[in-house]
Amino acid sequence: MSSTRLFRAVARLPLSGKIGLVLVIFWIVIAAIGPFIAPYPPGSFSNQEVFSESSSEFWLGSDYLGRDVLSRLLSGARFTVGLSAVAVAIAASIGTGFALMAAVGPHWVDELLSRAMDTLISIPSKIFALVLVAAFGSSLILLTVIIAITYVPGNFRIARSLAVGLARLDYVEVARARGEGRLHLALVEVLPNMIRPLCADIGLRFVFIVLLLSGLSFLGLGLQPPDADLGSLVRENTSGLAEGALAIIAPAVAIASLTVGVNLLIDAATQGKAR
Amino acid sequence: MNPAPHVAVRNLSVTVRAPDGSPLRIVDDVSFTIQRGEVMALIGESGSGKTTIALSLLGYARSGAKISGAITVGKASFGGAGQATLAAQRGNRITYVAQSAAAAFNPSRRVIEQVIEPALIHGTASAAEARKHSMALFEALALPNPETIGSRYPHELSGGQLQRLMAAMALITRPDLVIFDEPTTALDVTTQVEVLQAFRKVVREQGATGVYVSHDLAVVAQMADQILVLNRGKVREQNSVKAVLETPSDDYTQTLLAAAQPVIKAAVPTVAPTAVGAAPLLSIEGIHAGYGAIDRNGCAAHPVLTDVSLHIGRGAAVGVIGESGSGKSTVARVVAGLLAPTAGTVSLDGEPLAASLNRRTREQLRRIQIVFQNADIALNPAHSVGEILGRVLRFYHGSSSHQARQRIAELLDLIRLPAGIADRRCDELSGGQKQRVNLARALAANPDVILCDEVTSALDTVVREAILELLAELRRDLGVAYLFISHDIATVKALCDEIVVLYKGTRVESGLRDSYAAPPFHPYTDLLISSVPELRTDWLSSVGPQASARFAHMHESAALCRFVPRCPVAVAGRCDVTPPPHRAMTAGNTVLCHRTESELTGS
Ligand SMILES: Nc1ncnc2c1ncn2[C@@H]1O[C@H](COP(=O)(O)OP(=O)(O)O)[C@@H](O)[C@H]1O
Ligand code: SF4
Ligand SMILES: [Mg+2]
Repeated sequence: MSSTRLFRAVARLPLSGKIGLVLVIFWIVIAAIGPFIAPYPPGSFSNQEVFSESSSEFWLGSDYLGRDVLSRLLSGARFTVGLSAVAVAIAASIGTGFALMAAVGPHWVDELLSRAMDTLISIPSKIFALVLVAAFGSSLILLTVIIAITYVPGNFRIARSLAVGLARLDYVEVARARGEGRLHLALVEVLPNMIRPLCADIGLRFVFIVLLLSGLSFLGLGLQPPDADLGSLVRENTSGLAEGALAIIAPAVAIASLTVGVNLLIDAATQGKAR
Repeated sequence: MNPAPHVAVRNLSVTVRAPDGSPLRIVDDVSFTIQRGEVMALIGESGSGKTTIALSLLGYARSGAKISGAITVGKASFGGAGQATLAAQRGNRITYVAQSAAAAFNPSRRVIEQVIEPALIHGTASAAEARKHSMALFEALALPNPETIGSRYPHELSGGQLQRLMAAMALITRPDLVIFDEPTTALDVTTQVEVLQAFRKVVREQGATGVYVSHDLAVVAQMADQILVLNRGKVREQNSVKAVLETPSDDYTQTLLAAAQPVIKAAVPTVAPTAVGAAPLLSIEGIHAGYGAIDRNGCAAHPVLTDVSLHIGRGAAVGVIGESGSGKSTVARVVAGLLAPTAGTVSLDGEPLAASLNRRTREQLRRIQIVFQNADIALNPAHSVGEILGRVLRFYHGSSSHQARQRIAELLDLIRLPAGIADRRCDELSGGQKQRVNLARALAANPDVILCDEVTSALDTVVREAILELLAELRRDLGVAYLFISHDIATVKALCDEIVVLYKGTRVESGLRDSYAAPPFHPYTDLLISSVPELRTDWLSSVGPQASARFAHMHESAALCRFVPRCPVAVAGRCDVTPPPHRAMTAGNTVLCHRTESELTGS
């Protein structure tokens, strides 16, 4: 029943949405199995030549140290997709959780949270992340937490305006009059009706995080060697830029296709709703 | 008879794509003609295709709709070329008066500029001529101060005034055809009378040809020469107004006529009078309530209710009527505990209830259930019917899922819906079905009293009658009591044994249903009753212009009778000086007025 419904929803997507969906699924699969299908260990110096062309042994050539680009890309994708997904999940849980508290709680909770978030949002996110990373160093966990916190206020704003609007509707009033607790109001009455627009917001924020992470890594503040996400791969190989080496083009294309894919999918899915 | 009809529609069919992709005929082979200067009414329930036909006359088709057949208005036709298409005539030779004028006016521009704009855009008159014409129209539409009203902004005008200004805008180009689409549906009855009188006068004076779309037969009877009865896109009957009202030939027309005058057939036993001294089931004593911050004297920033009292016996049905904004919903919200009153008490079985929800016990909450007007937003679209009802059963009765399933089946049977509906989402149901589910949710609690806030107001007449029937039956079979709120006195009379009239948050009259059959009434009740359109063509002429109030210049005051500025029988030296007393009439009703029983009977 629900699988046929899903199938129909997919079939109804416009072409751009289908392309987006394919790209997104592709990257999720790569993130999951990438390291297992990599032909070489990502850190091994397997090629004598640096910035080599594509060959049957090295499909995407070699990087500035002669490592296999394909293998590094496959393991880098896991960092980029995984870290961004975890960070966006944390950001959305906190942001939406606060938003629900603001919507069903007493008025002063809303005031307090909204003021706090306004303060947080007024700090430019990249600079905020930069300062924290510079201050505390860059570990995988810290990086995730910092990026997540950066995106809480944005998600809170969207989720709060949705939740406050929904909490005024008659079905929530009826539940309130029945004597339902705040938790029930928030999770059962309000939350299910904001999932769809929230998904769009979360997708968009995922894209921002991918780009922020890539940006941080490019500046050398992201993941630290030997680990590398897609942004680090671009940075490592900047010296190959002049000769148009695959080692720099491939990760750049990877970032682009991931973010464009998510965007296309969100656009198509939210337009479907407006129809 | 005119040889060539002014407006002709021949074999009009409109086909759209249903959600599942199959073609769906929403208008099926409709033909009619209108002579110049005549008004044709399209009447039917929602979904009968009346708006689609009106839109086709404007040369407008919904996206994806396929139109076949021929439409001509004057020299223009639907498939015509260039200036001769209906679409090209829109706004000039063919104009439109919509249901909500408030949405049609730009709030930042003076109304006169907007009223004459069509004439200027289409070059039918110079600005000066158009202004002159608009004054004449304002005059004909009985708008106050026709010379200056145009210089006001939309937000400074009332809904009824805007509706009339919209008619002026539609008539300013002296069009070949004016389409009125439910233009008075959103208005209070008292306002509706004035607007209808204005419309009829202006249509006659201007000799305009019109199409009047409505679901209300009594309204149409005042406005139209011909009636076309539609049902599911098909013409059921087409005849002169008189013939349709007096000798309806089609059984569907007869159903519509019957539903227009709701009389509850389900026999309701007169409630056994509560034993002397026994406390009524629910009593509301001296409630003051309002919205916004509460000041030091305990008054709300926007006070709404002033000293409202009423009592509901076990199994009784008490109706509350009044115009929109009179505070009817606020009464329900106070009783349900959603709004804490600033003064007064609500008690259940003689036991005072806490003002706020979280200090009431679950048992107290269970015994009072509330049902809102708009089932579209009163049922959570994320849940199935079964989940919605099941939650109530688990919450109040701790039912196991097996018990709940059984009880849900019983409840659905009670409200006459198939058991299979339990698995459906609410957004897949029709309006009437949703309102039944809305009721079932309240019934699931086994309440003693249900607060029904305008539960029939958003429904078509035929569906409304079915829901009223159901309410009467539930009361008979389950002994549940109602606080039944409505702006429509006919609906309230059909269901309730006792009626309370609210005016601006004060209770101006209360009494048994029978005391509302004949005077003496409170002057406001009188206005309400006489404003309800009747199913005869001469009703509108017989109401006559509403008597002017002698204190119209006075501001409403909380210390006096609030009705003073609108009251046609206000007494100088009394009404404008001291607050009125509650007077008991011999018929048993109580009236808040300075006038005595004999004076009120005579008026
Ligand atoms: N949440 C609110 N905040 C402020 N004013 C309100 C609110 N709800 C209703 N009101 C005002 O209270 C008055 C009475 O409203 P209501 O009880 O809804 O009347 P009715 O149900 O008779 O139409 C109106 O003037 C309305 O504008
Ligand atoms: S008290 Fe006076 S103003 Fe008020 S309704 Fe009675 S007669 Fe009219
Ligand atoms: Mg109301």
